[in-house]
Amino acid sequence: MTALLEVHALSKSFRGLRAVQDASFDVGAGEIFAIIGPNGAGKTTLFNMIAGAFAPTSGTITFCGERIDGLAADAICRRGIGRTFQIVRPFPALTVVENVMVGALLKERQAALAERKADEVLRQLDLYERRDVRAASLTLPDRKRLEVARALATEPKLLLLDEVMAGLRPTETDRMVEVLKAINRSGLTILLIEHVMRAVMALAQQVLVLHHGAVIAQGDPAAVVRDPAVIKSYLGTEMAG
Amino acid sequence: MMRLLFSDVSAGTRALLLVLAIALFAAPFFVGDYLLTILILIFYFAYTGQAWNVLTGFTGYLSLGHAIYVGLGAYTTAALYVHFGIGPWVGLPTAVLICAACGAIMGFLAFRFGVGGVYFAILTIAFCEFTRIGFDHLKWVGGSGGLFLPVANYAHNDLWNLRGSPTMFYYVMLIAAIVALALCRIMMRTRIGYYWLAIREDEQAAQALGIDTFRYKMLAVVISAAMTSFAGMFFAFYYNNLFPEQTLNIARSIEITLGPFIGGVGTLIGPIVGAFVLTGLSETLNEVLALLGIQTPGAKQVFYGFALLFVIVLMPHGIWPPLAKRLGLDKPTGRRAAKGAQR
Repeated sequence: MTALLEVHALSKSFRGLRAVQDASFDVGAGEIFAIIGPNGAGKTTLFNMIAGAFAPTSGTITFCGERIDGLAADAICRRGIGRTFQIVRPFPALTVVENVMVGALLKERQAALAERKADEVLRQLDLYERRDVRAASLTLPDRKRLEVARALATEPKLLLLDEVMAGLRPTETDRMVEVLKAINRSGLTILLIEHVMRAVMALAQQVLVLHHGAVIAQGDPAAVVRDPAVIKSYLGTEMAG
Repeated sequence: MMRLLFSDVSAGTRALLLVLAIALFAAPFFVGDYLLTILILIFYFAYTGQAWNVLTGFTGYLSLGHAIYVGLGAYTTAALYVHFGIGPWVGLPTAVLICAACGAIMGFLAFRFGVGGVYFAILTIAFCEFTRIGFDHLKWVGGSGGLFLPVANYAHNDLWNLRGSPTMFYYVMLIAAIVALALCRIMMRTRIGYYWLAIREDEQAAQALGIDTFRYKMLAVVISAAMTSFAGMFFAFYYNNLFPEQTLNIARSIEITLGPFIGGVGTLIGPIVGAFVLTGLSETLNEVLALLGIQTPGAKQVFYGFALLFVIVLMPHGIWPPLAKRLGLDKPTGRRAAKGAQR
């Protein structure tokens, strides 16, 4: 499998704090790749570097064979990486469909076509019924879905999902897992940060574990959760049993 | 284009708009000169409010210095006319270019260096103040002594040179206000409008969706400035005299913002409603006070203050949004328009 995203020796320091240290991994085209780890492990920092929210201190990020480290967020999105925010950021005064249209307008330049595309994505994420509601009045699970819908509407090759399951009930989590699987089957590569192990185990083909900014394990999910280092730093002994 | 303008306007509203348009175009035949000058003022503020709204209402960057574009537009067209005999319509493109360039310089400084919020507002004030002081000393356009356009009693209306009766000025401003409204409505239903709103709502999220936020913010400030320059040309040829202390005074900038604030910032109809309410009521107040024989020079300002206070407390989003809701006209922007275009 060819790598869609190659992260090599990536580091980020905030003054004295080394948030991410020397992280390297490849995400293959068509994969669902999960990054897990305890709070403060550097997952979101890693994500933000890939999405262009800030530039790495050192190391490289290659997407589709092109170096993208240090590019601005919008330039990275235009190259085919869509992202969600851990703390959701809808456009509150706009309706749900308008929110998604803003994403869809990247590829569909006409508003009418963008709206059609947005409706399609909203149906996929069970948000169509709420299309004319202002985003400010959505519940948190719906806002999470809206984040995914908006990113998806930009028609990315790689979708970065930052804790989209957090705050969802188990049934909602299962539904989201199904949706993401369907999206993945249609050919989209997904890189996700997730705390909900139920979702990670159901979705991911590859798991990477970060701890104190460093990669401590990587590989098949079933193998990773048995790794003693992972159990010690993140999962705890109960999970291993 | 007509589809973008009218696709989600109901038949009833269309009929109402038609009646309104006929009434406004017929107005000079029925109202006296005094009322006509008030209507001119109303459409002047409806126009400048609309132009200001592009930057502040749609994109979310508060400008408190829009008088700079009125001033530059006014001085450019007036100076070209006075010094070279170049007519206003021929001079207008130059004024548009100068205003657009000025907006671009300010926008570049602000957006390149991440100046936002109140600091952006202060930057707009600073630009306008610098310009005012500069023009005070610019002898070529009369300095603080003022620039005067030749005034004579015109027997006929000369539209080409904008010399003539209030009726002619009324039609010019009415059409300009309608064109500005149409232009803004079209922009709000195309990509640029959605991108502006996204930037206003959450700039970082907008950027993450692939929007080159710098570029779209620059477009907003340049388009807003260019639109306002036309109001400057009108100002110069309507009033025939320009003084930096008046034309570029911060009070002029504030005046431009009041209509949209009262009517509804970020809405298309708000600036027009605001212009009608503010100008209409303040002129009525002036008349009433005059009739009562009361000499109160500050009455207008006090009235503006109370009107603002009243609206901010009771209708924080302006008069239009709750009014539109009551009239059933508050359909989300773009939604049904797009549906119409599919058919």
